Formats: sequence, C-alpha cells, structure tokens
Amino acid sequence: MAEKVLEIRGLTAGFVSDNGFLKAADNISLELKRGETLCVVGESGSGKSVTSLAIMRLLEYAGGIILGGNIVFQGEELTTKSQEEMGKIRGNKIAMIFQDPMSALNPVFTVGDQISESLMIHQGMSKQEAMQEAIKLLGHVGIPAPEIRVKQYPHELSGGMCQRVVIAIALACKPDLLIADEPTTALDVTVQAQILELLKSLQDEFGMSILLITHDMGVASEVADRIAVMYAGTIVEEGTVFDIFDHPSHPYTQGLLNSIPGYETARGSELYTIKGSIPRLGELPGGCRFHPRCPHATDKCRAMEPGTISLSDTHRTACWLYNEEAGVMKQ
Amino acid sequence: MSENLDQQEKVAADNQPDLRKPPGPWKIAARKFLRNPYAMISVFVLLFFVIVSFFAPYLTPYDPAKIDLKNSNLPAFSDGHLLGTDELGRDILTRLLYSGRISLTIGFSVALASVIIGTIVGAISGYFGGWIDTVLMRFVDVMYSLPSLFLNILVLAIFGDEFIYMILILSFTSWMGVARLVRGNFLQLREMQYVEAARAIGVPNRSIIFNHLLRNSIHPIIVNATLMVGAAILSESALSYLGLGIQAPQTSWGLMLSNAQEFMLLDPWLAVYPGVCILIVVLAVNFIGDGLQQALNPREKKKHPVRRLNEWRKKFSKSAV
Repeated sequence: MAEKVLEIRGLTAGFVSDNGFLKAADNISLELKRGETLCVVGESGSGKSVTSLAIMRLLEYAGGIILGGNIVFQGEELTTKSQEEMGKIRGNKIAMIFQDPMSALNPVFTVGDQISESLMIHQGMSKQEAMQEAIKLLGHVGIPAPEIRVKQYPHELSGGMCQRVVIAIALACKPDLLIADEPTTALDVTVQAQILELLKSLQDEFGMSILLITHDMGVASEVADRIAVMYAGTIVEEGTVFDIFDHPSHPYTQGLLNSIPGYETARGSELYTIKGSIPRLGELPGGCRFHPRCPHATDKCRAMEPGTISLSDTHRTACWLYNEEAGVMKQ
Repeated sequence: MSENLDQQEKVAADNQPDLRKPPGPWKIAARKFLRNPYAMISVFVLLFFVIVSFFAPYLTPYDPAKIDLKNSNLPAFSDGHLLGTDELGRDILTRLLYSGRISLTIGFSVALASVIIGTIVGAISGYFGGWIDTVLMRFVDVMYSLPSLFLNILVLAIFGDEFIYMILILSFTSWMGVARLVRGNFLQLREMQYVEAARAIGVPNRSIIFNHLLRNSIHPIIVNATLMVGAAILSESALSYLGLGIQAPQTSWGLMLSNAQEFMLLDPWLAVYPGVCILIVVLAVNFIGDGLQQALNPREKKKHPVRRLNEWRKKFSKSAV
C-alpha cells in the first residue's frame, strides 16, 4: 500500500453571500496515494475548482472561506497554516496547472522569467542557474528549440506550447502533488491528447500524484486511476476507473456516461440527456441533491440526504438505491 | 503521433535557425514612437531645452543675477545681448537659460516623486482592496479636496521658499491622480489568472504587486508621468508668479513672468520670452506623453487616410465598389 500524499476529510468550503453561506463544497472526503491520478469529474458549478483552490489555500484570495474539515498533505494539516507558510508549499510541494494557459502566463514576462521564478523562490537559485534549468525543463515538456523559446513572450507561442510552459512551471520544483484544473479544456483535441500523454509520462518519471479536475469523462477515462464524481458540492460516487465505467452505480454517473455520444447508445438514436440543470447553491433541494433530476427518485430521496455506502473496497456511492450490505440496486 | 509531430517541429526548428524573430513588445512600441512626427520633434525640442539649460554657464558670458543699470532695457539684437536686457540690465537670454535649469528640474523631480508616491499608494490600495483600499482612497479624496494652491502657499510661507520644499510640497499635492489611475488598473489586473498562477507557485504578495502587476500597468504610468512634468512646470510658474516659489537671485520662468508684469506696457517682450519657453516645453512634454500613449497601446494601429484606403479598395476589389 503506497503512502497517502493527500487526505481530505469532511471539507466544507464556499462563499459568504447575502443569502447566507453558500457551500460550494460540502463535506468532501478524498484521498490520494503517491503516484496515483485521481480525477474529479462534474459539471460546472459542482465544486471541483473550489475543492482544488481550497487545497492550495488560494480560496481565500477568490473571496471564499474554508468552513470545516481537514486537508492533510504529507502528514501536515494545511487548513490551519498561514499564507506565508503556504507560500513555501505552493509551487514547491504542491503545484497547479490552470485551465487557460494563455491567461495563466503573465504577458509581460518571457517564458524563461516565469519558469525561473519558482526555482529562484524555492530553491534559492541565481538567475543564471534558474534560466539554465528553465531551458532543461522546457526541453523536458517537449518544446523544441528551448534556448529560443525561453526568451519569447507568451503571445508568441501557441496554446498547446503555452500549456507545456505552464506544466514546466508547475514541475520546476518537482512537486509531490500536481493539481490540474481542467488542463485541456482550452485546447483542441489533438493537443489535448498530447498534453495528457505528457502529463502521464512526467508522472511516471517524477512519481508525483495528480489531482485532475475535468468535466470530460473521456479525459478521465484516459488518465485516471480513480474517479470521484461531484454533483452540487458533494461527491456522489467514487471508485476506480473500472468501477465507474463498468459499474456506474449512482444515477448521476449513469446519466453522465449515457450522455456521451456513442457510449452504449446506438448510432442514430437520440442522445441521452439528464433533464434539468444543476441547482443553484442557494436553492438546493431537500433530501438527495440529485432527486429532482433523478429517474429513480423515491419519497425517501426527497426527504433525507443519503450517506456514503461502500459497494466494494474501492467503490463508494451516495444513493438511497443501494443497501449498505448488499450493494445491489433495489427496484 | 504526438511525438512524431514534435519531431517534425524539432527538425524544422533545427534546420531553420530563428532568423526572423518577431520583435518584442518594447521594440514595437519604440518603432511606433519613432514614427510619430509630433513626438519625435517634441523629443528634440525638449532635449534642446535640457541641454542648453544644463550647459548655460558655457553658452553665455553673463551672470544671470548681475545688475548692470547702465545697460538696462536694451532691445533685442542689441550689441552682445541677443534678446536684450531687462529693467535691471540683466541679460534676458542668460536668465532664460538659467531659469530653464530650475523649471525643468522641478518639473522632472516633481513628476518622478509624485509618480512614485501615487504608484505605491494606488498599487497597495488596488491589490489588497477591502479596508486598506477604503482608508487609502479616502485619504486621496481628502488630498483632492484640499485647495492645493493655498496649501502650497501656506507651506512655502511657513517653511521658507527653499527649492527642495517646493519640490516636496508640489509632489505631495499632485500624486493623487496617479494613485487613482494605478488603483483602477490594479483592481482589474488582480483578477487575472496569472496572478492566481503566481500565487500558486508561492510568489509573495510584495513581489506580485511590485513585479508582476507593476510591469503590466507601466504603460499608463509612464504616460501619466510625462504629462505630469508639464503640470509641475506650470504649478512652479504659478507659485513663482505669486512670489512664493523661486526667489531672486535665483530665477525661473515663472519668476521672470512675475517680474515682467510691472513692465507689461513698456516692454511686453519681457513676458513673452519666458511665457513662450513654458508653452513650448509643456507642449513638447504633452506631445511626448501622447506619443508614448499611442506607442505603448497595442490596440493603437497605424491609421491610413480614407482616400488611400478607397484607392486600395478600388485596386484590389473584384466586385464593384
């Protein structure tokens, strides 16, 4: 059993608004082992990004707060650390990749400046050493002619190259945990595949853990070891890729998979959709959050929020359709 | 597949060394600036003023404060006095040169000092927001509400009219515009994702403000600084004109204007010379500021005259225009 790099227990985080506290992430529990890739999947507004920002403790800057729960990273509790202490961890042991590489790079600095900054902060390198290292890193993430590229500005590179640069920045200090917040959303499909491949090969090389946030089940199926499906701020189902794709148990996961074109639906038939849309955080329905959109909803679902039920050692779901013992669907 | 592509790219890059590297942002700006006739002429005019003022002792044999009553009120082009002499027989050209030293020094130092104060206040205010922003911006409001001319007069009257006090008090009463400008800019910039990305690699706030964000808002600051030089020269003139700025035997353009007013009817040229100097320098500085603004603004494109565009359209369009 590999050691746990990250353990989140009962994390509740969100934003204060005029209507009270909006729990963008409600009672989230996750864990991540060394060298493992965990995909957090969910639609917009399901709390994926809030969770990742909370781990980085960047949520405060976005106007949010962590209300409760623990985030334990390599045995250290992160929720009680000061921002200065977090500054030593961010970029050094935990790094992050952002959705839109073009806007995650500062337009007035060269690529080399931006990569070397992290090295200068965390490893106390001089400017020259850091630049040399930046060239090596750029070569490492598959950018041709890195000696030329380091001196260029972000607007002179393509989107895919920019994302490689962002990855190089994140990997500069060889982090133990890499949080990738929709790293391929802004890229076209071929570049997407290249970036995912790059991430996988770098993971093998550095042995880091990846927390990948995505709304794309296809991306998740390609890179994930385990998948956690989020809906309206909670984790509705968690399991290995095989658990999720072979035995999707929660009606929401089943819906997500069925709405992929060509996945278990015949060609030419109408594409399955989950009716309705994700509820607003201020107006969550009582009981199970998914019940207004769930084809199997019962009175119990409308009345009470389901707890987490283990279906197997690796597979958990939060749905009233399952018995604690049997792990089978009651119809 | 991807490796294949990379390989191709790599080969292409190896075979073709970067001969045509696209120009950097500063190079583009410099090129635009160099092509702006108003700005370039203004640069030469301003340089001319700076150089002749700096080398004043070598350019003129006279002492600017030397009173020579025998030769008072000489007209222009008289023997040895190109622009004539004033009522006390002092050479006007000499006095203009020496005045330029003081006026330009005040102009540039006040602009520099107030831009530094304004940038620091505005940057901190805009970046942190919240109560820090409220406190600093209310302070700016208060500073704006003070009648600055009277404050200047008061301070100079109390502390004496030393050169340095003048620079200090003028800077102290003119940084608020820059502060508001920088704050507005920072409010917008701090929401950028690269700020979040910088935090995500552990860059401390100090460095984000004064390195990452300042570099992004340097353009409006530079432009504002140039415009401020003109404003400071004018303020100095106003104060000296009121008799509170520079005192004899030192001299500035404002002071010369002030002295000239007694003799306005007898010898209006006494007022015209320093007035024209102020006009030209302030105009030049403003043109430079405008030129910089256009050069540094990436959205500012070269404009072609409508006539030429129509000609092109006729020439290249396949459909009838």
